[in-house]
Amino acid sequence: MTGKFTNQKAWFLVLPVVVLVAFNALIPLMTVVNYSFQESFGNNIFFWEGTKWFEEVLHSDRFAASLGRQIVFTSIILAIEIPFGVAIALSMPRKGPWVSVCLVLMALPLLIPWNVVGAMWNIFALPDIGLLGKTLNALGFDYDYTQQPISAWFTVILMDVWHWTSLVVLLSFAGLSSIPEAYYQAAKIDGASSWAVIRYIELPKMKRVLIIAFLLRFMDSFMIYTEPFVLTGGGPGNATTFLSIDLVKVALGQFDLGPAGAISLIYFLIILLTCWLFYTLAMKDEAQ
Amino acid sequence: MKRAKPFVPAFYIVFLMLPIYWLLNMSFKTTNEILGSFTLWPNNFTLENYTTIFTDPTWYNGYIDSLTYVGINTVISVTVALPAAYAFSRYRFMGDKHLFFWLLTNRMAPPAVFALPFLQLYSEVGLFDTHIAVALAHALFNIPLAVWILEGFMSGVPKELDETAYVDGYSFPRFFIKIFIPAIIAGIGVAAFFCFMFSWVELLLAKTLTSVAAKPIAAVMTRTASTSGYELGLLAAAGSLTIIPGAFVIYFVRNYIAKGFALGRV
Repeated sequence: MTGKFTNQKAWFLVLPVVVLVAFNALIPLMTVVNYSFQESFGNNIFFWEGTKWFEEVLHSDRFAASLGRQIVFTSIILAIEIPFGVAIALSMPRKGPWVSVCLVLMALPLLIPWNVVGAMWNIFALPDIGLLGKTLNALGFDYDYTQQPISAWFTVILMDVWHWTSLVVLLSFAGLSSIPEAYYQAAKIDGASSWAVIRYIELPKMKRVLIIAFLLRFMDSFMIYTEPFVLTGGGPGNATTFLSIDLVKVALGQFDLGPAGAISLIYFLIILLTCWLFYTLAMKDEAQ
Repeated sequence: MKRAKPFVPAFYIVFLMLPIYWLLNMSFKTTNEILGSFTLWPNNFTLENYTTIFTDPTWYNGYIDSLTYVGINTVISVTVALPAAYAFSRYRFMGDKHLFFWLLTNRMAPPAVFALPFLQLYSEVGLFDTHIAVALAHALFNIPLAVWILEGFMSGVPKELDETAYVDGYSFPRFFIKIFIPAIIAGIGVAAFFCFMFSWVELLLAKTLTSVAAKPIAAVMTRTASTSGYELGLLAAAGSLTIIPGAFVIYFVRNYIAKGFALGRV
């Protein structure tokens, strides 16, 4: 931030962005806030309801259940993808022609439309004609993600690991590439073990990108909708109905605008607060 | 690097390729072969599924519609993000940090929260079922993304470049177009790539905001899956084709991809 000088005219440069994003963010958000405090019987007639919808949502078992599933899902995803991604990045070659090949192939899943990811895993995991389903059953596992909640969870998690681990790999790799060669030579002269190199040189250097990776994976897995919706439709039963799937059911399926508005606000606040808290804690550590 | 263990990334890449292979495998099979037997490669190799897609307008229009709104979105996002990113990287102004943080929060907004309000907003202004509606809706998360990526790249350009140009008598617009944009062209490429990508993969908003005239390929696929029975081969072929644009653009930014994912901040 040094070397910047104050210039209020810079606002003109930012104005187009502010107008466009405000149109897209503030008007819809106000709509949601409106709904969450009012009752509607159609014809655009609304009655003030105060905090009724918030109380109803916070006390409902349905919301608690989908929030619970969402938290479990996101925790598992983070616990697998972050260490796994770092491990892969550490074992990748740092230079040479293979680096580009690796990066392009690894980035491929990130560029596939999310519904195609769901459809692809649907076909891949079907117990009768899918490679994964057929193989698991041939190995003696009783596996059918359309019937058993455990299999459905296994498939949704494996799909997410397939889809997003590469993001962690790419970020960690970018962090590793920025370490000067001299650090490694110094470590070699000091006779540092390869674990010491990881622990005291590479992980600290990767910290910034890992914070970004953690934040991005947290937000995106907490908002997940399309992939599990296409794969399992939230089932069997409600086994894989995460928050977004539930919210779309309430808002666009049942058109219960009040509860949908309340859920939306609580949902958004949870993400904002968690990100802010994590970022503040991570950066406080940095400052010391 | 002596610690490189090539078998770890190799295994990982095989794991990544398996479902993609299975999709391709299915796309070259007839429906009978898919449902009738389990084969690791197509026994009756057929291009019929692809022929259907390239001859049936409901199918290929889906691709055209998707690419249209993705293209519009990329142009809008990068164009408005360029001056804003310059302002953030070079100047201090009232509320700059708050503004930057507010932009960041839009990346944290679940599309599911915005689906219904967007539907009402864009119906109200008469843009429902147009490419521009989807392009604008996707700008919600793509503009902040483009601003951060570009800001990251711009901060890497020394300020002396600006100062020298002003001393040489360049006006701001001329300096920006003639000197500054060429200096950060890689960053613009990366920002465009990410806008393209996030608009291309998003379905929930695109599907909610369209019905007939601007239906994205992803929505065509979902509707086919539910209406015309279980045409897995056709679905697999359509899915395989959606991988191509991504694979194509990724090739151009391969050297910057990691930096881009770190939002230009490595």
